[in-house]
Amino acid sequence: MFRIRCPYCGERDQIEFGYGGEAHIARPADPDALSDAQWADYVFMRTNTKGLFAERWVHSAGCRRWFNALRDTATDRFVATYVIGEAPPLPVPQLVPGDQAPDPAEAIPEEAAGGGQR
Amino acid sequence: MSRQSARRAQNRLDHGGLVDRTRPISFSFDGKSYQGFAGDTLASALLASGVHHVARSFKYHRPRGFLGAGPEDPGALVRVGSDPATMVVNQRATEVELFDGLEAFPQNCWPSLRLDFGVVNDLMHRFLPAGFYYKTFMGPPGSWMFFEPFIRRAAGLGPAPSAPDPARYEHMNRHCEVLVIGSGPAGLAAAREAARSGARVILAEESAACGGRLLGEAEGDALIEGMAPRAWRGDVLAELAANPEVTLLTRTSASGYYSQNWVTLFENCTDHLPPSEAGHLPRHRLWRVRAAQVVLATGAIERPLVFHGNDRPGVMLASAARTYLHRYGVRAGSNAVIFANNDDAWRSAFDLHDAGAHIAAIIDTRPDPAAAHREAAEAHGIGVRTGATIVATQGRGHIRSIDVAAFDAGGVTGKPERIACDLLCVSGGWSPNVALFSQSGGSLRYDETLAAFVPDEARQEVVAIGACAGDFALAEAVSRGVETGRTAAREAGFVASATDPVAGETRDAALPYRVTPAWELPSNLPKTRIRAFVDYQNDVTAKDLHLAVREGYGAVEHAKRYTTTGMGTDQGKIVGVNAIGVLSGVLDKPIGEIGVTTYRPPWRPISFGAVAGQHVGGLFHPRRTTAMHDWHVENGAVFETVGDWLRARVYPQPGEDFEAALQRECRAARNAVGVLDASTLGKIDIRGKDARSFLNRIYTNAWMKLEPGRCRYGLMTNEDGMVFDDGVTACLADDHFHMTTTTGGAARVLGWLEEYHQTEWPDLEVYMTSVTEQWAVASICGPRAPELAADLFDDIDADPERFPFMSHASGHIDGVPARVFRISFTGEVSYEINVPASYGLWLWRTLMERGKPYGITPYGTEGMHLLRAEKGFIIVGQETDGTLTPVDLGMGWAVKQSADFIGKRSLTRSDTARDDRLQLVGLLTADPGFVIPEGSQIIASGREQSPRTPMIGHVTSSYFSPTLERSIALALIAGGHGRMGERIHVARRGADPVPATITGTDFLAGLKEAS
Ligand SMILES: [Zn+2]
Repeated sequence: MFRIRCPYCGERDQIEFGYGGEAHIARPADPDALSDAQWADYVFMRTNTKGLFAERWVHSAGCRRWFNALRDTATDRFVATYVIGEAPPLPVPQLVPGDQAPDPAEAIPEEAAGGGQR
Repeated sequence: MSRQSARRAQNRLDHGGLVDRTRPISFSFDGKSYQGFAGDTLASALLASGVHHVARSFKYHRPRGFLGAGPEDPGALVRVGSDPATMVVNQRATEVELFDGLEAFPQNCWPSLRLDFGVVNDLMHRFLPAGFYYKTFMGPPGSWMFFEPFIRRAAGLGPAPSAPDPARYEHMNRHCEVLVIGSGPAGLAAAREAARSGARVILAEESAACGGRLLGEAEGDALIEGMAPRAWRGDVLAELAANPEVTLLTRTSASGYYSQNWVTLFENCTDHLPPSEAGHLPRHRLWRVRAAQVVLATGAIERPLVFHGNDRPGVMLASAARTYLHRYGVRAGSNAVIFANNDDAWRSAFDLHDAGAHIAAIIDTRPDPAAAHREAAEAHGIGVRTGATIVATQGRGHIRSIDVAAFDAGGVTGKPERIACDLLCVSGGWSPNVALFSQSGGSLRYDETLAAFVPDEARQEVVAIGACAGDFALAEAVSRGVETGRTAAREAGFVASATDPVAGETRDAALPYRVTPAWELPSNLPKTRIRAFVDYQNDVTAKDLHLAVREGYGAVEHAKRYTTTGMGTDQGKIVGVNAIGVLSGVLDKPIGEIGVTTYRPPWRPISFGAVAGQHVGGLFHPRRTTAMHDWHVENGAVFETVGDWLRARVYPQPGEDFEAALQRECRAARNAVGVLDASTLGKIDIRGKDARSFLNRIYTNAWMKLEPGRCRYGLMTNEDGMVFDDGVTACLADDHFHMTTTTGGAARVLGWLEEYHQTEWPDLEVYMTSVTEQWAVASICGPRAPELAADLFDDIDADPERFPFMSHASGHIDGVPARVFRISFTGEVSYEINVPASYGLWLWRTLMERGKPYGITPYGTEGMHLLRAEKGFIIVGQETDGTLTPVDLGMGWAVKQSADFIGKRSLTRSDTARDDRLQLVGLLTADPGFVIPEGSQIIASGREQSPRTPMIGHVTSSYFSPTLERSIALALIAGGHGRMGERIHVARRGADPVPATITGTDFLAGLKEAS
């Protein structure tokens, strides 16, 4: 069981939280403009990262607020939690377009980092 | 206890050990009476009486004795107790503590331990090779059918208890700075140092007494900090006991190591006590500990050697023989052979010799045992064979003799020599107990010098010390313990004071540990006849591992599963490394490259009771009841659970059965007035200037033009377009709405609204508050409902003409504020009356009293289901299952084209637009009296009866309708909307299919046309 730092309340046990899957996937502004495949990609497809992963959590038995977390899925270590709307404090592979893992020294592309609220 | 039994304890020493010779204890095993002492385990007491053979193995039913002396023992499994409720099976006799009146029994044997028919498996072993189960499962059709009865009989060791468990269990949650697991010299030193800093320390010891190997070894001239080891142990324990920040738990094993130093401890509170002394204590506790720092001092486990005939009772780990001697005062044999590949095991020869046993031989596979040992053996007059191995053993229920021969890399070289013995102490070296370290995510490294896996890199805040870390020397264990205890406390923010006493000298009585691995030893027998056991519980031999490799299952995780090595209740505690060693030999690869199988919780078997803790019976799940609950109880309601709620399902009157009550309630609702407790409906108060546009994005239908005072039914879909909730929402003001949800979906819908508001549309000004519990709701319906309503309301005009359907009003009933919604789930004229919850029971009683002249009848959820089915209204979760769109449900009218909403785009995906999807329809059976069982499968033709008949849908709701005086059903049928009037058939098990006709879903519509 994890200990998770809610950005609003502080550290709490995992039992107070709900998991929300991959973070930084913005809901398309105009769904009708998307092909079936593009829409299906938004609805169904998520990256399955081994390593640093940006994901959503909700403090459902606490302040009931959603926030984002960076967790290493291989070690289960939480690297950071941050509020919705903020860019992740570290570069994360899932936000880099294409299949190329990012060079940590490089900044995350701005449109990817700030692209979605989710 | 009789004198006869006392005489039988011939192997008990006059002195030594932790047993209390002034407190004799009577117990029985296999129906015979024995005597032991307080402090004994079942194993030590039986050994004192010369009993070795106590169990039979899983597969071949071979006789099993005591290989170990603690939790690692694989074979000596017994049943304790005979009460069908409280008996426990698969208990390790090496851990079961004696109490007066204890009854233990052998298991996995029939008709008796000595004469066991299951032993035919042993004679048939050539036909039960490794991978037997796998081959049977995957083999030609029918082979599983053939073997199943045989395997079922053989599966499992002891029988499960057959009556409810009367014991109590509990969970404890704790935080601490330093959790020390294991109380050998390293663990005691670490706990003491950490505690001196003022940190909260928990020390968990698996057995009944702290001390670890200090209790199992001769003290000799050993010193710890200048003191005799057991005196030092006493001082440390006294210091820990006096410290209020220290929790010292004995009989407590760390069972699971999870993320962020969350460790579960399994404490046995009463299993070691006679039932009369258990008092108010729970039987087991599960401690759930979050520790800032964890110190693993879990010691090491000795492993046996793999040679032909190594599994007879009387074959015992060398260290276990010393434990029985020094901890329990029991000499496990009087004529012993020691067989080892390391210097440590020689201690058993000298200690047993000093305790009066004859040592028939020391056999060492190495050519070069320690010179000091050889000199000591000579001084003791003990014969030594080096570079030799045991090639066979004799003795059916107990070892009688061994055959020893010289060997080299090519195999056995000398002529075997037979040596008589009644105890064979074996040692293949020590394996650090890395299970918890590995569970914590830490990596392991194979240490060539130690011939063992040791902790490598930690992934959490955890340090392994002492033998667990491969530090087998006493001085190193203690100094590392001291240092680690201090560091762990400091890391957690606590610093030891500078006045701590300086430690005195620590020195070992034993020689430094030296080992030369010998994983699989040769025999002079033909290869097919060699049976060298690796796993003593699941009966896996070295030959089985060879077979696994030959058949392509050489990877360590594959070999484990193919042969079931380490998959018994012992989880391979003593056998794991030997299996890897044997694989390494077969594959001719270094052990480090073979790797280990994954260690998973629990470290040892724990009870389901401890896992459940207090969360059983009434505490299993919270139950919510409405404000009217007491009335329902008083009036004989039958209840059902809906979500967390208890709801009245039906109100049978005296002499009335369920179905009759249901029909009566529904007739009343159609002909007079019915009343339903609808308080459990989810209610969410939604406010803010953007509340309306928010609703418009959430619901599939349009909300922008709903006027204050009006209500609207709405559907919610996920982004995949599938319906997940529905309900009526009322517009109280332009920026204020009252949403209702399904009873079971209330919490999820609130979460859904919050999620989208916070993560997608934070720019919208909208506030959501759950008000489910603030309002009590009574829904009255039926032709006479308007009269009752008119009678009831102080200041609301109840006339359906002026208070029309799908509108609402606020007013009072006898001065009590009320919100009334003119919405209907039955098709009848309805008034859904909401009052503050504290007036709920009053409202209900008032309705029952004032409604009497109009024939008011309460109806429960079953009547509600029936009435709405007559009208063709869906129940989310009954008609829907997360795979249906609004269009599938025939509610395309509720899908707006004007604006986007959650899930809209999915409704035009190629899959959701298919016209052969399952669609909701009505069904009328040809026989109006036949009520289709809900869930029935629908087929196209009545003649198709082969197993491959395609199913074209299924029945979701089915009732006998009192209004239509015939059966009705709702069903999902492929392309159903285009098949109106078609005849289909409902499949039945063991009976002919029943014909039915596809209709619309509103069964009342036809009735009204007709009337
Ligand atoms: Zn919070």
